[in-house]
Amino acid sequence: MLALEHLSKTYADGTRALSDINLTVHEGEIVSLIGGSGCGKTTLLRLIAGLDRASAGRIRLDDEVLTGPHPAVGIVFQEPRLLPWLSVSDNIAFGLDGVGAAEKKARVSHALSKVGLIEHADRWPRDLSGGQQQRVSIARAFVTNPKVLLLDEPFSALDAFTRASLHEHLLGLWEETRPTVVLVTHDVQEAVTLADRAIVMQPKPGRILDELPLTLSRPRDRTGLPFETSVRRILTALDHSLKAPQLQPQRERDRQAAALWW
Amino acid sequence: MTGQATSNAWSSHEGAAALAAPALTEKRRAFDWRILLGFFLPIAVALLWEGAVALGLAQGRLVPPPSRIIATLWGLAQTGELWTHTWMTLWRVLVGFVIGAVAGIVLGALSGSSKTTRQLLDPTLQALRAIPSIAWVPLFILWLGIFEASKVALIAVGVFFPVYLGIAGAILSVDRKLVEVGHVFRLSRVQLARRILLPAVLPEAVIALRSGLGLGFMFVVAAEFMGASEGLGYLLVDGQQMGKPDQILAAIIAFALLGKIADSLLVAGTKPLVRWQDTVRERL
Ligand SMILES: Nc1ncnc2c1ncn2[C@@H]1O[C@H](COP(=O)(O)OP(=O)(O)OP(=O)(O)O)[C@@H](O)[C@H]1O
Ligand SMILES: [Mg+2]
Repeated sequence: MLALEHLSKTYADGTRALSDINLTVHEGEIVSLIGGSGCGKTTLLRLIAGLDRASAGRIRLDDEVLTGPHPAVGIVFQEPRLLPWLSVSDNIAFGLDGVGAAEKKARVSHALSKVGLIEHADRWPRDLSGGQQQRVSIARAFVTNPKVLLLDEPFSALDAFTRASLHEHLLGLWEETRPTVVLVTHDVQEAVTLADRAIVMQPKPGRILDELPLTLSRPRDRTGLPFETSVRRILTALDHSLKAPQLQPQRERDRQAAALWW
Repeated sequence: MTGQATSNAWSSHEGAAALAAPALTEKRRAFDWRILLGFFLPIAVALLWEGAVALGLAQGRLVPPPSRIIATLWGLAQTGELWTHTWMTLWRVLVGFVIGAVAGIVLGALSGSSKTTRQLLDPTLQALRAIPSIAWVPLFILWLGIFEASKVALIAVGVFFPVYLGIAGAILSVDRKLVEVGHVFRLSRVQLARRILLPAVLPEAVIALRSGLGLGFMFVVAAEFMGASEGLGYLLVDGQQMGKPDQILAAIIAFALLGKIADSLLVAGTKPLVRWQDTVRERL
């Protein structure tokens, strides 16, 4: 179980990126964070991954308080961030340092086949397409069998078809070990396709506005009525996150609304 | 109807082969004859000059025609002089380069990887860099004598600065995003240096070493001007004092070839380390 308790983050320049975030994610649950640009989603993931330190509050994984990067926490960044000097399979093996050679090989090739890149194992990252690179970076995060996997808009740069196939790859990998997943997304359809729960966030300062359980059975039918209903509910909540009672000048509100309509 | 045919071509193997064919022919004609265009100008000038001297239009005493330069080079090679001089010059550059490059790599790495050492080292080194390296010559001669040590020292100083600057700058500009990947996998400082920083700086390090080597060849000439009895630089001075322009030009050609060969060897030797690079041009 991943628990965020009264988590706040104020950057050195005074930006209040997050304020009093409380969230509990159960083991094996997929939670999706949705919200407009600048409401602190990336900041939240970076805190959980241990890449930044919280200004207040704490993060617990089961009985352990996280204070830095943790072996049981993996992250997939918005960009693939592959190491250009390593082949595809060496990139995937990057986090498997203490593992024996034979097992490393087996795990890497299993991950490669899971993301459908087995024939690209020995290529350089530069020779892959954007979607293939992102698949490698997902495989790199999964191959260490993390208990918690953080994904920061991993598919946002991709077209709808590639995205849909990556959703399947992702769920395929998730099925195997059922890690806890926190997925940041701009895409409401994506949240409804993948998540068990949607968390709608609100900017300035970043906080949680609403939580919506998504109890559709898997595999989810993107054309069905329940899917549509869930999408609409999230969109309504997002709309509220804009209209929340805030003493903001009209122009500022309009600007934010424009930013939210991705 | 046509659409149908096209889609058939896509699915059949012959179709796929036909589509792949243009790419293959493109690879086959990899040799670009326009490369030879670069030889045109020097060869034309050489032939013109040769002709002018042969026809008596020019004397060719101060600017000897190519045939005489080649004859001089041939003569020097026959007597073995060319090889002793070349070998001497090469040896000096090599020793100076190794000393300067090692110092540049070590200090550049220190200064690039820690702010404290950078603040300690960098101002002094930048101040020293502002001094034209040739200005050290009198001091080096006083300290180290007029023989090999002072020459090697001058070359090492020349090689040091570009390498130091290149390495320190390369480390400072390593992508934070890749370093974070290392943090996520909890690499220690040493592991981070070995698995992320080192490979990331390699391409720029190679460039720094190449410019260091280039400067090494520049400074070996200066070093050999100050009283050497061997080396290609000595051939230059000797040619001037004895009034043998053909010997000077022969030595210059030897320098050009030597520099180019050394640079190519460095590039070839480091190529396996940077072949992953995604650059516009295969060769720099
Ligand atoms: N290193 C930093 N220093 C100062 N402020 C920062 C820093 N990083 C982010 N911020 C600010 O914190 C707020 C939240 O940023 P964050 O990147 O978490 O947003 P986000 O929700 O991920 O947005 P997006 O959807 O556009 O990626 C923004 O106002 C941003 O300007
Ligand atoms: Mg973000």
